[in-house]
Amino acid sequence: MVINERNIKIWSTIGSRATFGIAALELAKEIDNLMVLTCDVSTSAGLDRYRKTYPDKYLDLGIAEQNLIGVAAGLSSEGFNVVTTTFAPFQTIRCCEQIKVNIGYMKQKICMVGIASGLALGNLGFTHCCIEDIGILRTIPGMTIISPSDSLETVKALEASVNSNKSIYIRLTGSSNNPIVNGVDYKFEIGKSIQLREGKDITIFSAGAMVYNCLEAAKKLNEKNISCSVINMHTIKPIDKEAIKKACDENKIIVSVEEHNVIGGLGSAIAEYKATLSNPPKQLIIGVDDFYSKGGSYKFLQEKHGLSSDKIVDNILQNLK
Amino acid sequence: MTDTLKDLKKIKDFSIEVKKNILEMAFIAGASSSHFGGALSVVEIISLLFSHKMKIDKSDPNWVDRDRFILSKGHACLAYYAALCAVGYLTKDQLKTFEKDDSDLLGHPVINRKLGIDFSNGSLGMGLSLAIGVAVALKKNKKENNIFVILGDGECNEGSVWEAAMAAPNLNLKNLYAIIDNNNFQQTGSNKEIMNTESLSQKWSSFGWETIEVDGHDIEKLYKVFEEDKKSSKPKAIIAKTIKGKGFSFSENNNDWHHAVLSKTLYEQGKIELSKL
Repeated sequence: MVINERNIKIWSTIGSRATFGIAALELAKEIDNLMVLTCDVSTSAGLDRYRKTYPDKYLDLGIAEQNLIGVAAGLSSEGFNVVTTTFAPFQTIRCCEQIKVNIGYMKQKICMVGIASGLALGNLGFTHCCIEDIGILRTIPGMTIISPSDSLETVKALEASVNSNKSIYIRLTGSSNNPIVNGVDYKFEIGKSIQLREGKDITIFSAGAMVYNCLEAAKKLNEKNISCSVINMHTIKPIDKEAIKKACDENKIIVSVEEHNVIGGLGSAIAEYKATLSNPPKQLIIGVDDFYSKGGSYKFLQEKHGLSSDKIVDNILQNLK
Repeated sequence: MTDTLKDLKKIKDFSIEVKKNILEMAFIAGASSSHFGGALSVVEIISLLFSHKMKIDKSDPNWVDRDRFILSKGHACLAYYAALCAVGYLTKDQLKTFEKDDSDLLGHPVINRKLGIDFSNGSLGMGLSLAIGVAVALKKNKKENNIFVILGDGECNEGSVWEAAMAAPNLNLKNLYAIIDNNNFQQTGSNKEIMNTESLSQKWSSFGWETIEVDGHDIEKLYKVFEEDKKSSKPKAIIAKTIKGKGFSFSENNNDWHHAVLSKTLYEQGKIELSKL
């Protein structure tokens, strides 16, 4: 993939799902045994060009996600490099036991891409939002979970995942006009978080589209003389323990921000490791507080669930009192 | 003796060996019980596959050009392990580890290519999807190998079976065989009592499969079904009419043997019954 300013802007405009389709198209040029499997979502996943260009490397299994995972595992067992994709709830929860048995227990290598995870499809209601996927998949042994912070990171995560021997779930969040977190090319390594901003008072960990909100929140806090580090924890499993340890050693409070239920996601993953440390700092876990709200626009839901930069700032200030 | 008669004798002898192995393992399982009835209903099917129909290499269970086998009704693994032993992939001593601590041979198959177990199964309704993936892969790799999947009729309660059943004909997977063990029982009662799966042939046929009904214990009839030249591009569904617990007087058509303990007395009785075959 050519990574330059122009492409980064284009990918940001079209959002992570359409960018995924472009990335898959590029990868198919290089990877002979690539197979992309979908469940009647080629348009939503930006795969229409891919489908026409590489019909032999594409399989649409209809609206049948349990079958999707089984077929993917069968292909993988015969040496194909398989990517599956559909909307996040259907990619993860609908076929959860197939994922457990085929990918977890049987260790068949598959890369799953859950599109429009989090709250982006709030207008369609919580059947189509996904605030549970990380929590559920994190309990399956062997599963790697990546939540790219922007469209460029979607490209990098997909490339890293198809070249990895691990089974990986890529959780795509954000909508079109996905804010740019990474404005220039950079090194992406699965499991290795990225410090985007350095500060001395607080460390904010985030993943997915919320990373941008956290950067904005950090700027606003800085104006109030609160200095924040912001860490892009793009890989939620395995979690980057070193980064958590460093933050715990240096800060009196750490914060996690996620477009997910506060149970089971990034905040939980950090807390689980933090609990093993001696005298760790307090952790503020910001996310959906374990309830299904009324639906609405992405912006509305971010406000509603305390995930806008202003709401993040307010929450942190409250907890510093 | 004609070639056919030789084949039939080989399959018959293999099936007797499979039954012996099943009886031994069921006894070894002791109080942890075993799925005795559902294993016995597939003995002749699995024997025909492993002793005759499937292209395998007796010295290499992981031979790349082998036909593939998936026991989707994984609880019938007594028959699977018994057959793998009869082929030579497992030793009699290994069979003795059935359901024991840290064993490779648990009460549902666990993937182990060195032992000839291609996939883990046990959670019902997943095997046919795997088989479709394998069949698509083989087709793409221009290999002619067949894929055989054994499902239970009770397993056909699972919606995922029908997702896969709908997909396979769409993909023109002519090398895919789904063999449905139609023994008319599931865990806690007959199909009719729990979830009526009658007209299985019509169901599979209407989904686009070339469907054949056959007595699943009649080796000669089974042999003919599998010998027929299949020019159709459709996948094949073989509805095998079977008897749960077939082969032992105490277990035939008796659903108490779905998952049960084989006592010393019945084990001895079973040995006597086998010696008369």
